[in-house]
Amino acid sequence: MAETSGFPAPGTGPSPATGTERGPATGTLRGLGVSPGRAAGRVCRMAGPPRLPDPIAVADPARELGLALRALETVAAELSARAKKAADSEAAAILDAQSFMAADPELRQTTEENVAAGMDAGHAVDAACAHHREALLAAGGHFAERAADLDDVRNRAVAAVLGLPVPGIPDPGHPFVLVAEDLSPADTVTLDPGTVLALVTERGGPTSHTAILARARGLPAVVACRGAMEIGDGTWVAADGTTGRVETGIGEETAAGVRREAAAERRRLAASSGPGRTSDGHPVELLLNIGSATDLGGGVEAEGVGLFRTEFLFLGRRDAPGFEEQVAAYEAVLRAFPGGKVVIRTLDAGTDKPLPFLGLPEEPNPALGVRGLRVGRVRPDVLDVQLDAIAEAARACGSRPWVMAPMVTTAAEAAAFAVRARERGVTRVGAMVEVPAAALCADRLLRDLDFLSIGTNDLSQYAFAADRQHGELADLLDPWQPGLLRLVGGCVRAGRAVGKPVGVCGEAAADPLLATVLAGLGVTSLSMSAPAVAAVREALARRSLARCEADARIALDADDPAVAREAVAREEPA
Amino acid sequence: MPERTVTVASRAGLHARPAKLFVQAAAAQEVPVRIRVGDGRPVPATSMLAVLALGVVRGTQVTLDAEGPGAEAALDSLAGLLARDLDAEEISGG
Repeated sequence: MAETSGFPAPGTGPSPATGTERGPATGTLRGLGVSPGRAAGRVCRMAGPPRLPDPIAVADPARELGLALRALETVAAELSARAKKAADSEAAAILDAQSFMAADPELRQTTEENVAAGMDAGHAVDAACAHHREALLAAGGHFAERAADLDDVRNRAVAAVLGLPVPGIPDPGHPFVLVAEDLSPADTVTLDPGTVLALVTERGGPTSHTAILARARGLPAVVACRGAMEIGDGTWVAADGTTGRVETGIGEETAAGVRREAAAERRRLAASSGPGRTSDGHPVELLLNIGSATDLGGGVEAEGVGLFRTEFLFLGRRDAPGFEEQVAAYEAVLRAFPGGKVVIRTLDAGTDKPLPFLGLPEEPNPALGVRGLRVGRVRPDVLDVQLDAIAEAARACGSRPWVMAPMVTTAAEAAAFAVRARERGVTRVGAMVEVPAAALCADRLLRDLDFLSIGTNDLSQYAFAADRQHGELADLLDPWQPGLLRLVGGCVRAGRAVGKPVGVCGEAAADPLLATVLAGLGVTSLSMSAPAVAAVREALARRSLARCEADARIALDADDPAVAREAVAREEPA
Repeated sequence: MPERTVTVASRAGLHARPAKLFVQAAAAQEVPVRIRVGDGRPVPATSMLAVLALGVVRGTQVTLDAEGPGAEAALDSLAGLLARDLDAEEISGG
């Protein structure tokens, strides 16, 4: 947002407070679908940031300073009040943090310096925010994402100085599709799910506030949608949070049709139960990703656990958890699925997710360093105790868990892990496929292993050379990337050739449409967090295996993920 | 000047809720506390913007310093906070 970081030349560019009323009469905009579902309604745009008038010659610096500091105090108080009203603790923490930004002693000091240098109140606040914004951007990653929170502080404070209304969520008096540049945490907590039908933003990525909030509330959302702010207020649109398509100028009747379909979809989901099957009965196991036995309390129907992350036992500790403690934790999960499938992943830590007791040195590039199974190179004892504890828990429950190691890279590593696990009494041994080299050598890995589970999040990061935390590279990390699907396809072929299961855990498995593509590629199980299960089960149940296979070919042949997603969505059975 | 060097344990690093709790706790101390990474420039621990701009992720070692009466107690309390996984405490309902 240019307005937040500088002084626009007078008379240039559209006024951000009003935007342009001209938009495409009809047409389709494309963004990134980040929260599934369809919705349709009239657009209401969020007011843009207040525009600063030209700088004025300051006659009374003390007055300007008073104006500027009062504006920051007002904003801090306003955000803190919103934090107290916030529905959940996460939203409250974000708002509190933002309130601290407005009250920040360093921001105050920079503002004072700016006034002392001759700026008026509005420009002093604007320039102070721009200064600290640069520092946040320089910190990169999650920290750079907080620049949006500071932009919101800036907009509120400048509006307060100028006596303009607080920028925020509009209230047109009817349900609407909210269109915005991006949403700040302060905006998102005040969203009324009764009137906001869907979210469409020009900016943002899969980890933006907009995306997180939308998924938590089950609101369809499309982010990174170029041209969205050009849609005129009152225009009828249909937004598809799965495909990322926003159809404009559709008319009221079409909108009503979309709403009826969406309601039918919700009813279908509510009625879903049973094992994962295509419409012609081809089984695809639906499994859960969990962090501990407490994640199994929600009453979600699934066929087992596809990814039991064992890190919770190890986090925040000075010493490794003991054998007995581990046995008890593994038993609790195994007993929850008597006779069912439970896939336990051995400790996935390392320099990217450091644990104090491992004593690993810092590395310049932790994602490419000692992590996952590689920790066993320096601390073999940790893995040995864990494998012993898993084997003991299995004996105590009379069950046969599946045990896999994270970050397996070579066939030799797979073989060594298999020997180690089997020596300790583990009978089903596998590997996570997260490294492209492992995917390419899946057939070799399976000589010694009983199964593979593809971790699509890390596999994307490594195959596309794109940091998982990098907001600007979201398109490369899209699980519909044909390059990623080819790697999945290779693993599946290797598994079929020897009759061993190859599943997928990770974001890809939770996308209902992509889940059918994965089933078509031949994966034998899909593992996801509990809220995703019903939609995936239902998507599979509406397609034959032949349809899934055709979808898989379409997705593999596409040139980019957006095209793949759209082409498969077009084949959606009625 | 009294100092404490501590490894940040929270999953999110000094970001989101852990950053909020740290800045809040720093503001409640009787002496001004500063925080730095390695040999970097110390910044006020009460400044949310400066603390975020340090870009502290989990496992980063940070150094706190303070001077004056109550400095030792303030440093102990803030260092103790940083050494805990504040995200995990939230998940477990704490």
